[in-house]
Amino acid sequence: MIELENVAYSYGGGELLSDISVKLAPGSFHFLTGPSGAGKTTLLKLCYGALLPTAGVVRIFGADVRAMQRDDVAHLRRRMGVVHQDCQFLNHLPVAENIALPLTASGRDAKAAEADLDDLMAWVGLTERAQALPPELSGGERQRAALARAVIMSPDVVLADEPTGNVDWDMSQRLLRLLVELNKMGKTVLIATHDLSLIRAAKVHVQARVLRIANRRVQLAGADL
Amino acid sequence: MNLGLGNLGALAAGDTQADRVVPRTGFTAQLTLFAAATMAFLAVFTLALSLASGRLAARWGDELARSSTIRIVAPQDQRAAQTEAALRLLETTRGVQSARALTDAEQQALLAPWLGPDLALDALPVPRLIEVIEAPDGFDATGLRLRLQAEVPGAVLDDHTRWRAPLVQAAHRLRALGWLSTLLIALTMGAMVTLAAHAALAANAQVIAVLRLVGATDTYIARAFVRRFTLRALGGAAIGTALGMAAMLALPRASDAGSVLTGIGFQGWHWAIPLLVPLLAAIVAFAATGAAARRTLRELA
Ligand SMILES: Nc1ncnc2c1ncn2[C@@H]1O[C@H](COP(=O)(O)OP(=O)(O)O)[C@@H](O)[C@H]1O
Ligand SMILES: [Mg+2]
Repeated sequence: MIELENVAYSYGGGELLSDISVKLAPGSFHFLTGPSGAGKTTLLKLCYGALLPTAGVVRIFGADVRAMQRDDVAHLRRRMGVVHQDCQFLNHLPVAENIALPLTASGRDAKAAEADLDDLMAWVGLTERAQALPPELSGGERQRAALARAVIMSPDVVLADEPTGNVDWDMSQRLLRLLVELNKMGKTVLIATHDLSLIRAAKVHVQARVLRIANRRVQLAGADL
Repeated sequence: MNLGLGNLGALAAGDTQADRVVPRTGFTAQLTLFAAATMAFLAVFTLALSLASGRLAARWGDELARSSTIRIVAPQDQRAAQTEAALRLLETTRGVQSARALTDAEQQALLAPWLGPDLALDALPVPRLIEVIEAPDGFDATGLRLRLQAEVPGAVLDDHTRWRAPLVQAAHRLRALGWLSTLLIALTMGAMVTLAAHAALAANAQVIAVLRLVGATDTYIARAFVRRFTLRALGGAAIGTALGMAAMLALPRASDAGSVLTGIGFQGWHWAIPLLVPLLAAIVAFAATGAAARRTLRELA
């Protein structure tokens, strides 16, 4: 699905990530963890082609991102659901239209997909909030809306950056269950989080691999969590 | 990215959903509308000026008709011979397209207003007139005068209509200036739309980031901006053109359309020309916004 081979990345200063090799197999469930500023968001961006590695190779669905045009990346995004760390909505459009945005942006008829949209809104529990504007949402509502938008195209992969940031424990468990559900539907899931308690809680529901960024490298974390 | 002119049609057909992804900003919208209207208004005037000076040049040029007259003032018995001699000389003069002596009847017609219709030309020392039509590049009047002086003593070259030549040239210049102004207005319009589009694109960097995140292509993103600015320019220019044409209609029209001042305006089918201004504005805005969008999207990559 997504493959990083001896990848390094630097924003211009010293290397933030070095010699990273990670393979996300189809249907797998991964956590990516590490302290704040370790490079979790950066690594995720490398995984969805928003950043190009300064060394090494990133392959998304088998294609080298460095050989891609911007439009190729755009088309790849439609097969990957991304939950951005800051959710990222169009604040002037109601929640429902924000969730349907991947459909309209890819030229699909949003009207035809209205039933899917309704199901999805119900799944994340936002039916009542469909016409609200994003700035009016609570933290948990924002995260659920972002997750709904990430999966509306039925992507093969879901990449979620701190999907439980800014929400209370109950809400984080609810979001986690949604993500586990997606994985049970066969989707590859990668969650970046600094919250170790979330990872411990997940172990009950799903067989997850935990990748930890430490000293610019990624290690597979063991039972020490 | 595919933003050829062929897409202008698809653009007009509309995609309201795509339209909504860029938030409406009242201020740049109004500025673009205002600028387009003003530029269109000015364009209508410069077009009118160009067309009017073109008409003036044509009319004055026609009146010149590149014709001069040679009068043969000679005693009755030598008149025919000198006329013949002058005509032969003219045949070998560079820059003379044709020359012919007026017939008695034509001369009589010319004099009738003054001397009455029953004039006996034979009885009067009326000079014989030769009409000379110039070739496009004209003849050397001084040279011709000298040769006539030497060979046909009774011939007088009268090229008084030539004085208008500089005026015709001025009218041609004025027309060229009018077209140049129209072109400059179009370029200024393009520059203003580019600035407005850049401002809008920069202000919406966040919107562009979101669209990219959800898999929108550059073409899709650019089109949302291009469509908006094109329609705005079209609307503004339509308003400006309508006002400009109304102002043209309101100009007093003198019966003598030969004057520069009263001759400004459109005549006949020329009224259709300013109708092209909004279309031109739309094309300029389309191209300018497209270029601005491509540049910004490349920079934001
Ligand atoms: N666009 C950027 N330009 C320069 N430095 C950046 C940029 N984005 C992030 N960084 C730096 O890279 C480091 C890792 O950031 P990030 O990947 O967001 O970490 P995490 O998600 O693990 O908190 C931080 O020190 C951050 O300041
Ligand atoms: Mg982060």
